[in-house]
Amino acid sequence: MTFSFGKVVAIAALGVVAMTAQAEARDQIRIVGSSTVFPFATVVAENFGKTTGFKTPVIESTGSGGGLKLFCQGVGTEHPDMTNASRRIKKSEVELCAENGVTDITEIKIGFDGIVLANSKSSDTFKLSRAQIFLALAKEVPVDGKLVANPYTNWSQIDASLPDTEIEVLGPPPTSGTRDAFVELVMEEGAEEIPFLKDLKKSDKNKFKQVFGSMREDGKFIEAGENDNLIVQKLEANPSALGIFGFSFLDQNADKVHGSVIEGNSPTFDAIAGGSYPVSRSLYFYIKNAHVGVIPGMKEYVAEFTSEKAAGQEGYLTDKGLIPLPTADLESYRSAGENLTNLSL
Amino acid sequence: MTDTTSSPQGESAGPARRPLTISPHLAKRYARERLFRTLGLASVATAGLILLVLVGSIVSKGYSAFWLHHVDLTIEFSVDELNPDGGPIEMETLQKANYLGLVRDALKREFPDAASDRRERRKLYGLVSPNADIMLRNMVLNDPSLVGTTQTVSFKMSDDMDTFAKGFIDRDLPESDRRVTDAEIKWHDHFEAEGRVHVAFNIDFFTKGDSREPEEAGIYGALIGSILTLTVTLLVSFPVGVMAAVYLEEFAPKNRFTDLIEVNINNLAAVPSIVFGLLGLAVFLNFFGLPRSAPLAGGLVLALMTLPTIIIASRSALKAVPPSIREAALGLGASPLQVVTHHVLPLAMPGILTGTIIGMAQALGETAPLLMIGMVAFIVDVPQGFTDPATVLPVQVYIWADSPERAFVEKTSAAIMVLLGFLVLMNAIAVLLRKRFERRW
Repeated sequence: MTFSFGKVVAIAALGVVAMTAQAEARDQIRIVGSSTVFPFATVVAENFGKTTGFKTPVIESTGSGGGLKLFCQGVGTEHPDMTNASRRIKKSEVELCAENGVTDITEIKIGFDGIVLANSKSSDTFKLSRAQIFLALAKEVPVDGKLVANPYTNWSQIDASLPDTEIEVLGPPPTSGTRDAFVELVMEEGAEEIPFLKDLKKSDKNKFKQVFGSMREDGKFIEAGENDNLIVQKLEANPSALGIFGFSFLDQNADKVHGSVIEGNSPTFDAIAGGSYPVSRSLYFYIKNAHVGVIPGMKEYVAEFTSEKAAGQEGYLTDKGLIPLPTADLESYRSAGENLTNLSL
Repeated sequence: MTDTTSSPQGESAGPARRPLTISPHLAKRYARERLFRTLGLASVATAGLILLVLVGSIVSKGYSAFWLHHVDLTIEFSVDELNPDGGPIEMETLQKANYLGLVRDALKREFPDAASDRRERRKLYGLVSPNADIMLRNMVLNDPSLVGTTQTVSFKMSDDMDTFAKGFIDRDLPESDRRVTDAEIKWHDHFEAEGRVHVAFNIDFFTKGDSREPEEAGIYGALIGSILTLTVTLLVSFPVGVMAAVYLEEFAPKNRFTDLIEVNINNLAAVPSIVFGLLGLAVFLNFFGLPRSAPLAGGLVLALMTLPTIIIASRSALKAVPPSIREAALGLGASPLQVVTHHVLPLAMPGILTGTIIGMAQALGETAPLLMIGMVAFIVDVPQGFTDPATVLPVQVYIWADSPERAFVEKTSAAIMVLLGFLVLMNAIAVLLRKRFERRW
């Protein structure tokens, strides 16, 4: 008796609360999405809250894919208003959005993020090509015209110019957008530079995809979790290891680690902004146009994000490690935000 | 017999009367006992040492977060800047005035050479916290008579400068290898030499919500979030858990169905907490439509997670009440309900409370189930109620640990110290309650 009575009370209380909660309109912007954009979006949100009369937006770090999934759930105050992404929205996601009534989406590109391969300052800087990185980290590599399980244990076995130390690379797990970008920008490009795999791409596209997409699992590539600070700490403790993470962490830890030279270019602010450093990706956020005017402050938030003092060449986001867009591009995205230009893929 | 006792007579007569065949055996037994004691002591010492290392590393990293370096600047609250249109000063004009300009002017006056180069000028402006203008605005709004005067105002240094002033950045490193430039060090030394740099307790850490500027970030928002969330958890899980335990222990018939319930409760106690988060997302958010990131939803999810702990602890506490108490009460004519409410429950209360607080302490440290319902988020505003977006202490630790800025390292450890302090407080309450209610027979 007592047990069921307690339950009834609990459920009844829940029901009452649920009804009152839903009747309440939301006056605070809700943003979800990429953990890479999170450090930048949060700074903008804080400044927006400080300088305008609006409440500070709530930002969740859910990952790019998770964010878009939540974003595309539908229109209404229970769904997020914007989502951050460290890659472009996919066609399948646009379709999912449309299915749930989210048809008008505005895309804003905010800048670039470089992905670096760094090691401890106590050892020498690595000079690598993408093909070499592929050979060091792929699960299967071509040897004598055959795909075999990766036989390389030391860097010098891949190329005599590389140091004779054991291959040990700490990187993000598959759930991370950084990992997706690394696979796309380094592993895929690297694989294409190897003639055998180039032929494979022509004959069997799926097999090619599987080859460049599979990282080795024999302990040479170590999934170190989403926390980039942890990777930096591990690199400090282990001078022979390399780590993969975003440029902003290299920027903040310049006294502990240095970035490897890739294809002859060091990961510096200018090299990434100028496009000569090859491993960089664009960062975006997406606006649900149907919410503009319903949730107060959305347009103003977008205006703050695309303003010169935030995302411009000298904006406060560059202090946080964002590589800014060229001025003309920023202006065009600023006007897209003002006019809520619909996304076209 | 007497030879092994420690009585004085036995000892005096002992050695002579002890049969020779026993003594080697006895020595072995003593040796074993000594070994066992040493091992026991060693394991306690190991545990203590690990705890010491853990707490030591947290404290040594985090103690510096409790103070900040400030720098004194001479601010001219010029009428031209604050009330450019002339006329009587109105609150609205003061609200919108360019306070950032005041700070920048002060810095430019201090170092006229640096103001020429664009990059260097930005660095110069970055000496003080980006919130300096908000601080000035509040000062002027509180006391409009400041307009037209010149005052010495103490500003928080920015995170990098503060880290440098605390001595965590080595000035002997080459310039490219450290976060502060040679110019910034020169500026710092100039202020230091004039005695204008001073250290103050970081009160904002305990009174403000989260921020992306390490020198502005505070733990208060997360602390309130934790308190709100745990209140909901306690209000739901304690009555439901105790009622369930009393029913199962005192009233329920022993049959296969109640056995099944018991097995299930025990299993639930071992279910990974993320599963409860998924359940919470499906039930509380999607079905009941509770707001995302709210302490209400978070508290309910944590209540589900704590229920098995409370039920199990309460049942064993109820079991520990001697049957003679029940029988005596029944014999004097008490109804079964009276037996429970007047006698059994009060006696079992210390055990129930201990179990509840252990459950609460567990809930305090959880982040995984809250991830699913949106409480792992950047939230600046301090929550005002159960339906406001909020985050909790362990989530704040996680978010700070994940932030790129170096100064968040000490904040992370400081937040852990606050979390541990909260836990110790809760455990202390548990001990106190147990002492207060405990009865022996």
